[in-house]
Amino acid sequence: MNQATIHSIRTHVMPVDSFKTNTFILQLRTELSSSDITEKALLPSILERGTQHFPSRLHIQGALEELYGAHLSADVVKKGEHHILTFRLEVANEKFLKDAAPLTERAVQLLSSIFLYPALENESFPAQAVAEEVRSHKQKIASVYDDKMRFANKRLTEEMCKDEPYAVPVLGYEQDLPKVTGKSLYKAYKKLLQESHVDLYVIGDIQEEELLGHIEKYMRLEDNNPVPVKVMEKKAASAPNIIKEQQQVQQAKLHIGYRTGITFGDEQYFPLQVFNSLFGGSPHSKLFVNVREKASLAYYAASRLESHKGIMIVMAGIDSAKFDEASSIIDQQLEDMKNGDFTEEDIEQTKAVLINQILETIDVPRGRVELEYHGSIIGEEWTAEKWIEKIKKVTKDEIISAAKQVEKDTVYFLSGKEEQANA
Amino acid sequence: MHNLTFKQLDETLYTEELNNGLKVFILPKKGFNKTYATFTTKYGSIDNKFIPLNGSEPIKVPDGIAHFLEHKMFEHENGDVFQDFSKQGASANAFTSFTRTAYLFSSTSSVDKNLNTLIDFVQYPYFTEETVEKEKGIIEQEINMYEDNPDWQNFFGLLGTMYETHPVRTDIAGTAASISEITKDDLYTCYHRFYHPSNMVLFIVGNVEPEHVMKVVRENQASKSFETAEEPVRFYPEEREDVYRKATEIPMPVNIGKCLVGVKEKNPDIQGQDLLSRELSIQILLELIFGQSSENYQRLYSSGLIDDTFSFDYTAESGFGFSVIGGDSEDPEKLAGEIKKTIEQFKSEPFPVESFERIRKKKIGFFLRALNSPEYIANQFTRYRFNEMDLFDVIPQLEKIDPALLQEVLEDHFDLANQVSACFIVPERNET
Repeated sequence: MNQATIHSIRTHVMPVDSFKTNTFILQLRTELSSSDITEKALLPSILERGTQHFPSRLHIQGALEELYGAHLSADVVKKGEHHILTFRLEVANEKFLKDAAPLTERAVQLLSSIFLYPALENESFPAQAVAEEVRSHKQKIASVYDDKMRFANKRLTEEMCKDEPYAVPVLGYEQDLPKVTGKSLYKAYKKLLQESHVDLYVIGDIQEEELLGHIEKYMRLEDNNPVPVKVMEKKAASAPNIIKEQQQVQQAKLHIGYRTGITFGDEQYFPLQVFNSLFGGSPHSKLFVNVREKASLAYYAASRLESHKGIMIVMAGIDSAKFDEASSIIDQQLEDMKNGDFTEEDIEQTKAVLINQILETIDVPRGRVELEYHGSIIGEEWTAEKWIEKIKKVTKDEIISAAKQVEKDTVYFLSGKEEQANA
Repeated sequence: MHNLTFKQLDETLYTEELNNGLKVFILPKKGFNKTYATFTTKYGSIDNKFIPLNGSEPIKVPDGIAHFLEHKMFEHENGDVFQDFSKQGASANAFTSFTRTAYLFSSTSSVDKNLNTLIDFVQYPYFTEETVEKEKGIIEQEINMYEDNPDWQNFFGLLGTMYETHPVRTDIAGTAASISEITKDDLYTCYHRFYHPSNMVLFIVGNVEPEHVMKVVRENQASKSFETAEEPVRFYPEEREDVYRKATEIPMPVNIGKCLVGVKEKNPDIQGQDLLSRELSIQILLELIFGQSSENYQRLYSSGLIDDTFSFDYTAESGFGFSVIGGDSEDPEKLAGEIKKTIEQFKSEPFPVESFERIRKKKIGFFLRALNSPEYIANQFTRYRFNEMDLFDVIPQLEKIDPALLQEVLEDHFDLANQVSACFIVPERNET
């Protein structure tokens, strides 16, 4: 991979000839904060509404179709206390087309148009488009409630990280929406351009010199002075807090949050990865085998790490009456991990699975960028090869000592109503 | 072994039918780390009535049994196949659709070993009363999970509104009641009828050497014997041509309502090139009418009836087919009305030839993008094969479609008077 900084955009080019498309991924990273979160959440959709060159959604979509169904998406996520706005554009490689049009240059133009030249009315986003996007966004926020797994995760994070920026929901707040105007959105947009750390990844069968020339010519980001993202000190677990809520659901959701105190970049991060995979991150994991296969309590029971926050979350869908049984099996698995109750063979199996996952991830352009972006966040270079080297070196003692740092913090249980009444 | 080269796509497909009837396809992908293999039987949730192997009378089996069988295949005397795969650095999975059950693994090392594991576990059934009973708890939770999923409920609600008797109207996993009836003998009966190599396709895509992989498969199969088997005889109830009901409303614990409009296929028995042509034509029409580059999308969006969950799709297999259009909406019923009106109006207007050329480009680009994905290639190729189509005909077929054909399909498929149903998810009132 080659890196160059052009108009303060860190540009990473990965020339690979195994894909039929070329992929552009643009990442803008800023601090996660409640003050401007709602505006930032609206930016992806408002920017897709029109540019100075393609004045409406209809024009943008038409241009994408002309580019042989180029695929554009934009969204926001949080990684720890970092806020990341992403644009992705995937374009067919012209060598597979009958009329070989120069798609790469047009792709850079289009991406640049969306990123830097939005359609504006007097220094603000057009009122009509803003009203429509606010309406649609309100619906999106409300519908988090409808996906119960997502809802339970949101509630767990709200409770567990009450006084931390991490609790800020990436979609923003419904109560902020009435205050959002074309002006306030434009202000948030300008601020984002000025303050964010900007990375552009390009993957495909690409002539690097030519591509860099296009970026130089079209992606003229100005006055960008990245502001360092302040991350909260890692917090120790509090005495476990248990929150139980009810809705008219068939299946109860048991979500448990743990503090690990270990984030990406720490020495203990890769032992923690191996720990997580063996504990609940794979189909040979202790949670899958014991909660699902042995006790038949769940269809899914898994754990995942929030790598930049130092948190682990366990999720299981169970019968409403099985809270105690499932909780105690899960607790027992963690105890067993802390006591080193696993074999060298288990470790080898887990490493093989993790390494396979990494190699598979980098077969997908987007996966490769997401993997390497972890390094970018902490200002280091982390290639897939380096990940794999680190995983290979993890020892049993290191896994046990990582496990010992994992402490239960908050339990969130969403259960059904009838079952509860009968229990 | 034969090979077929698709020059424009820079792909070569290797294929062979073994003596026992198993069809094997290998698509080498240079530069990929991953190898992905699917081993698929032409047997899904709708195949619930058939003549057992060596039997003479049709039998009816409980709903959800194909999916139940899929779960149980992963267990053998010494434990669980997931463990074997993960020891070999692979990840395994399976899925059941209306018409297929597929077993798969992906791995970046030990491909031969993993391939043998895949073939061997699918060709070796092992069920006991005890393990069958145990699985019921797990699948019941899977069913409950889907019961809480409003999009899934909306989709099956729509199928149940369009179809009166065809088993496509029943959830793939069945119900808690139907799976409780399943016994180990039922599982063996279904297994022996539908898992014969002649009813299956093995597809391997990835960084592999085709001659070598084919040899691994041949040797694996030569070491096993299979009795000869005729093609399965399946029975489906007579289904009416028009829709069963016009609309269904389902209250659920949600904040935002949902609307799906379905158009039931009138000619669900076409296969091969005809099906490919129809499928692509309807997909292009849906893009033209409702795509994000259409005035219609913009109008529905501005009027507050849709958001970016709005989507559409066309699905067809032997015996059933439908278009589905819709998404989240504050007013699902009004949206259904607007969707119908929009189709009506599109039919009455001159055909938009220019937009059609753009959409055709879009479909070609989509297909190229999809060819980056080993999962897409293996799964779609197999689906096409079972319907006598060829995945690599997609681009030539797209190039053949013209406005005259599209107008004919438009009139025939989008019959608003007889073929359209709707299903709504509405927020239920919370008493707390």
